[in-house]
Amino acid sequence: MRPSVYIPVAVLTACIIAFQIIVSALNREFYLTQLTMSAYYSLVILGLTVLMGYAGQISLGHAAFFAMGGYTTAVLTTYNLAGAAGNPLVKLVVGLGLDTVSTNAYGAQTQHLSPWVSLVVAVCLTAAVAFLIGIPILKLKGHYLAMATLGFGIIVYRIVLGTRMFGEADGISDLPAFRLAGGLAVGGDPGLRVQNYYIAAFLLVAGVILLTNLIDSRPGRALRSIHGSEEAANAMGVNTARYKLSVFVLSAVFACIAGVFLTHFNGGIGPSEAEVMKSVSYVAIVAVGGMANLWGALVMGVVLNYLSLRGYFGSYDEFVFGCILIVIMLFMPEGLLIKENFRILADTAVRIVNKCRAGKQE
Amino acid sequence: MPFEQLLQYIFSGITSGSIYAIVAIGFNIIYNTTGIINFAQGEFLMLGGMTAISLHSFMPLPLAILAAVIITSAVGALIDFIFIRRLKSPSVLNMVIVTIGLSIMIREIALHVWDEKVRSLPYFTGSEVTSINIMGAYISPQVLWVLGVSGVIVAFLGVFFRFTLTGRSMRACASNITAARLCGINTKNMVTISFMLSAAIGALAGCVISPITQTQYDCGTSLAIKGFTVAILGGLGNSTGAVIGGIIIGLLEAMSISIMPLAYKDAISIAILLIILFARPSGLLGKREAAGLKEF
Amino acid sequence: MSFKKILVVFVCLAFLAVAVSCKKKSGETIKIGAIFAVTGPASFLGAPEAKTAQMIIDEINSSGGVDGKSLELIIKDSTGSPEKAISFAKQLIEENKVFAIIGPSTSGETMKIKAICEDGKTILLSCAAAEDIVNPVAKYVFKTPQKDSYAAEKIFEVMKKKGITTIGVVASNDGFGLAGKKQLETIAPKFGITILIGEVYDKKATDLTGVLTKLKANNVQAVVNWSIVPAQSIVPKNMKQLNMNVPLFQSHGFGNIKYAREAGAAGEGIIFPCGRLLIVDTLPDNHPQKAVLAKYKKNYEGKYGEDVSTFGGHAYDAVMILVEAIKKAGADKEKVRDAIESLKGFAGTGGIFNFSVQDHNGLAIDSFDMLTVKGGKFVKYEDK
Repeated sequence: MRPSVYIPVAVLTACIIAFQIIVSALNREFYLTQLTMSAYYSLVILGLTVLMGYAGQISLGHAAFFAMGGYTTAVLTTYNLAGAAGNPLVKLVVGLGLDTVSTNAYGAQTQHLSPWVSLVVAVCLTAAVAFLIGIPILKLKGHYLAMATLGFGIIVYRIVLGTRMFGEADGISDLPAFRLAGGLAVGGDPGLRVQNYYIAAFLLVAGVILLTNLIDSRPGRALRSIHGSEEAANAMGVNTARYKLSVFVLSAVFACIAGVFLTHFNGGIGPSEAEVMKSVSYVAIVAVGGMANLWGALVMGVVLNYLSLRGYFGSYDEFVFGCILIVIMLFMPEGLLIKENFRILADTAVRIVNKCRAGKQE
Repeated sequence: MPFEQLLQYIFSGITSGSIYAIVAIGFNIIYNTTGIINFAQGEFLMLGGMTAISLHSFMPLPLAILAAVIITSAVGALIDFIFIRRLKSPSVLNMVIVTIGLSIMIREIALHVWDEKVRSLPYFTGSEVTSINIMGAYISPQVLWVLGVSGVIVAFLGVFFRFTLTGRSMRACASNITAARLCGINTKNMVTISFMLSAAIGALAGCVISPITQTQYDCGTSLAIKGFTVAILGGLGNSTGAVIGGIIIGLLEAMSISIMPLAYKDAISIAILLIILFARPSGLLGKREAAGLKEF
Repeated sequence: MSFKKILVVFVCLAFLAVAVSCKKKSGETIKIGAIFAVTGPASFLGAPEAKTAQMIIDEINSSGGVDGKSLELIIKDSTGSPEKAISFAKQLIEENKVFAIIGPSTSGETMKIKAICEDGKTILLSCAAAEDIVNPVAKYVFKTPQKDSYAAEKIFEVMKKKGITTIGVVASNDGFGLAGKKQLETIAPKFGITILIGEVYDKKATDLTGVLTKLKANNVQAVVNWSIVPAQSIVPKNMKQLNMNVPLFQSHGFGNIKYAREAGAAGEGIIFPCGRLLIVDTLPDNHPQKAVLAKYKKNYEGKYGEDVSTFGGHAYDAVMILVEAIKKAGADKEKVRDAIESLKGFAGTGGIFNFSVQDHNGLAIDSFDMLTVKGGKFVKYEDK
């Protein structure tokens, strides 16, 4: 890791810890709930930033990967193993010790598959699907790529909505908590709030470190060359198809992991997580963050999701996202969080202060 | 399957197919001039339908539709003036994002201008209960209206793009915008005209299909996705292709209903689209070489 | 450049405004949270519910409040997304420390926050239909819409009288449609009725002639369309186009005159079970619900200039039940919960509520009347 990376990471970590200490001291820990959720959504956005900003490939179907993670774990961990004890597969699972016992909301004990297993299954499944679908999809460009990823998203949405196993329109509820090692657990219980905040923050920081290193490495330069001109990159001997595919799979896995953890945190998932509008809002946030700007995407991802999840936009939620898309694309295609904007802000602030001072002196 | 039943499925396919086709045509106009896909096309339909419905309460139907078409086309021009012209060198990625943003914005504005309730125009001929019997199967006269209007639009566009100076200039913009500018074509105005034209056609489509589909603030998006599918299937930019593609998708969906659960209908048509995209991205009627040359 | 400057400053100001708006005033009020799908795909449920809830709270406050305290309603727009409902429920319970939550509008959302409200010991009065909400009974969770199974039984009773034995079912692919379809399938055998085909259509469906052709080909004697979406006006139109002359039954989701008006001439003769809100004018004056219904209809239509619907009525019932319980037990969560559970003979828009420890819905099958469309109006259905 180079200094240029670990200084911001250290600052981020310090901010995360400081925020927790402050809200705990103020007895306002409930802010952490939505912040945890936003952190998971930001994980999706980070993956998408590398795909869109660095490799230059649009994806209007990333919510599908999130939903695949969430639904896989939801289906697997809500299936009651005790009810099918005679099934050889269930016997094998229990024999290998891959099951856990949880207490559900009504106080009954349920025996179900360990979320660790479902996490592994979800990641493998998502990576496999992303790989298979990525090979033909990434050959397309421009509108065709947009349409194909959009189409993929719609298919996943339709399957989720039309299949009884996935709970159809109602989705799946009453997921058990995901017990990690050493008493840590991902779940909706108010007592778990602080540790869940740190679990989400840890994943987010780990994701940032991984991706910043990737961007600074040889593959990262290759990706940027693809964004610049795919033909030129090819001519220079960059295997563009392979790089594009790897990044696509990587970003899908990011979305999947976020889906698994957030679904356990929420205790349920519904088809709205797979909707096209969700994918569009991810794209919107990547654009606001400045496309090829991981830190921008991270900050905007956390801030916008946090505001949206707390209901600040009221019934104008989608309108806000639509406006953001247009305004950012038209007036600041580099994103909101660039040095120039901070300079403008600082200038204006200084000028206002000066004016006030001048006014006082008179 | 008895003949009447088969015919009835075909008619059902034609009903939905004609709706998809008329939406898809709108996509093609802007694409033909600018090479961009307007994701807000569905919202033009919704705007047209909603405006006509509101105006219909105090003016006769044909006048209301005409006014709605004019108003929507003004909105199209406005969108170009305010948003599209500001983009200096738009990449496809940027255009996709901007038009998606527009579509969300128009939809949400419509929600707050009108409300969440569903409305519709009256049937152009007959009423809700009228149906025409053709060889034992039934079809609503409104479907014939939709088909007729699509046909007229396709014919009009064919003539317009081939034989008028404006139409030819618009095509020139699509194939090479710099060359078009060098030939003295005011490319910016051409883009404005294309937005007005496609908004007008969208509004007309929105009015014609309103008695069948009903109009609601958020009906545009799902129609646009279907229309987009059909436009790509038929070959982007090809209006005849759009009509054929629309009818094909409509028929496939109707046939799939007879053997599959209805819940997966949309997934099936999208899956077909994906297969076509992978195998032949230029669409059914698009020229393969042309698609290879186009820069996306 | 200068424009950009303005923009940057504006964005910062917007964030500042948001931050400042967090500071909320507090006083001697009872806070009630509400989660409704005001916008989004379920907005035809959430919008009238939100309007109704706001209207009643304003009315109550202007007449002196409850128990000497005024009510404060915090409406959250969930757009029908469960993840937002989860976030808002936690926020309302832990942060706003609300007394009770009204809503959500859809069953999917309600099922997601059922456990959260149970853990948070906060009363939830759901406006969604599915029976799973109150079965198994959760201590703090109640619901106001009538049970789907009663609606299904009502429909089957009429069918039996008409001598119908084979039917086709179509339902929308949202929580309401699917829950209803499940009830129809469970109850049909009891009445000796066979469901030949059960299909689910998209809630945004624009043309359903395809699936109706399938039903027609199977010679069903009646069609049941269980949904809450605008397709309720498309189904009758398409049936008439296909020259299908079998009776059409719809669910209590048809309880909005707008849908009947959209169906126009094709809507004539649709039979559906519904609460009495839509036929309040024809009720006898001594009917226990008459006064409540007439007042709600008059106030709502006067205030918002739109037709009253049974969906808004669910929110009306939820708020009024809560207010009634607070009047009885004072502003204490546990006592109010007990008061709701022991509430008997409470006349709401959906029917007469009789809650008990086992029954957190409180409505009986007689809360439904069978209605039909005649001359573009809802009238009571009479057996011929």
